[in-house]
Amino acid sequence: MAGHESTYQPKSRFERWLDERLPIARMMHAQFVDFPTPRNINYLWTTGGMLTFFLGAQILTGIVLAMHYLPSAHDAFSSVEAIRRDVNYGWLIRNLHAVGASMFFLAVYIHVGRGLYYGSYKAPREVLWILGVVILLLMMATAFMGYSLPWGQMSFWAVTVITNLFSSIDSIVPGLGTRIVQWLWGGFSVSGTTLTRFFSLHYVLPFAIVGVVVLHIWALHTVGQNNPTGLEIKTKSDSVPMSPHAVMKDMFGLAVFMVLFTWFVFFLPDYLGHADNYIEANPLSTPPHIVPEWYFLPYYAILRAIPNKLLGVIAMFSSIILLCFVPWLDTSRVRSTKYRPLYKGFFWLFIVTVIALGYLGSKPPEGLYVFWARVFTAYYFIHLLLVLPIVGVIETPRPLPRSISEAVLGAAGGPVSVGAASAPEKR
Amino acid sequence: MATGSVEEPNRRDFIVIAAQAFAGVGAAVALWPFIQQMNPDASTQALASIEVDLSPVKEGQAITVSWRGKPVFVRHRTGQEVQAAKEVRLGDLVDRSARNDALPESAPATDPNRTKKGKENWIVLVGICTHLGCIPKGQSLNDSRGDYGGWFCPCHGSHYDTAGRIRRGPAPRNLEVPTYEFVSDSKIKIG
Repeated sequence: MAGHESTYQPKSRFERWLDERLPIARMMHAQFVDFPTPRNINYLWTTGGMLTFFLGAQILTGIVLAMHYLPSAHDAFSSVEAIRRDVNYGWLIRNLHAVGASMFFLAVYIHVGRGLYYGSYKAPREVLWILGVVILLLMMATAFMGYSLPWGQMSFWAVTVITNLFSSIDSIVPGLGTRIVQWLWGGFSVSGTTLTRFFSLHYVLPFAIVGVVVLHIWALHTVGQNNPTGLEIKTKSDSVPMSPHAVMKDMFGLAVFMVLFTWFVFFLPDYLGHADNYIEANPLSTPPHIVPEWYFLPYYAILRAIPNKLLGVIAMFSSIILLCFVPWLDTSRVRSTKYRPLYKGFFWLFIVTVIALGYLGSKPPEGLYVFWARVFTAYYFIHLLLVLPIVGVIETPRPLPRSISEAVLGAAGGPVSVGAASAPEKR
Repeated sequence: MATGSVEEPNRRDFIVIAAQAFAGVGAAVALWPFIQQMNPDASTQALASIEVDLSPVKEGQAITVSWRGKPVFVRHRTGQEVQAAKEVRLGDLVDRSARNDALPESAPATDPNRTKKGKENWIVLVGICTHLGCIPKGQSLNDSRGDYGGWFCPCHGSHYDTAGRIRRGPAPRNLEVPTYEFVSDSKIKIG
């Protein structure tokens, strides 16, 4: 894919001059204008562009917020209130940033779900997939530290609970976990010292994400995009140039998503947060019911489902780390779940499991909620560790179309008439 | 360059390895201040001790004081609560270590090992759940005290008994007993 012939022609004398010295316009043209895109990608393939947009938007609004925010235990809470009430358009920029984080996660979960459904992690896209998991982990770390900054009750106690996860190491090496936690805190409890370092890291980590995103796109443009059939591009008629075809589709998908985004920003800016975070942090009183932001609820449910502290922490982290091994856990010969009648049911059960864990994570840890959290936690791991390898072996996939063109154009798009059918799209 | 046979290490190989080792050690040493700067500094570590007057705390009541940024629970237990804590068999406990900073790690988690002799109606604990650091409920009279009459952590459902020992739930250890002493009949010094 990276080696396709680009149609780039420098038009002006300046472009020719630059092309001989730094062929950046040639590279951008080859990668983002006439890059061959499968002709059959659906709207789920617009999430990549959305995610790039949200990364940029979060960095932009974040830089502006940092101009008004004061990272100290004494001032943090009131400076966030000042941003909302006093700073010109501060209410807008703050809402864009807070709601933007939720939308970023919504888009990333759709993006990951699409990869799982269409087998986008299978060879030769393993490195692309693992880089994606790395981005997800960096996003989680960034979002977690960002959530601590308003210094409300939920901020404070979320930091306390999550940093204390590392104290579970005490049951392997006594004392080490406590040392690590005190190192993270810079004291014997979460304090202003902790807030200041989290602010510093929250500012810098998004740029690390940008770096990994560049690698992610590089890997994507080396192996080419997957598509709903899971077939590779074989002939020229299987693909269309990225611009305008995929770019226009991306822009339309983004425009629709922006309706949801702006609706929350303008009408329900606090709906996705927790009311307790408008009470200033108090180290001597835990709110009666601590919940993380919605995008962490499934992992929180897994943590609480297991009655042993160390094992709970291990299960929570491995629920994400395991995703790195999915390319090798899935033994199926075909990529796309579209052609996997048996696996399709298991896939949707997995989606239901993640949503159910999200619901249970928002409920108090008692009675039936704990029981169901255990059932769904068990299935989460059974799916990844048993269903993926076993179903891939025993299942007979449905016959695959011979090419992307045949899948799109039906019988008329068979190998014989491929040339004719795609003639109007000739580049 | 010799071909085929294994080359004897020469002076240049030695210099390369020595230079790499030197650079490696230098990098590790340079990294240390950047790790150490995050640890609690001396002003934080300076062990502040506090004195607490217990005379206003009536039987059945409890107070919470702040020590080193952490909440410390002081509860004036009723005779019934002391009796309940004493009757628990060691075999029924999740964590059998006393977790008393004044006693060795191996001391068993009996009620006398978690209180002061002659002052068994007082219990002093670091009020931080050993699971993930929430503050358990049970200090105020109308709080839920869990199934064992001591404290209950609402975050993840850990139940502690009247001696602050973990009985059920995800917490791995008993609530910590800080170092403290009675400076007079109704006054303690923590730390």
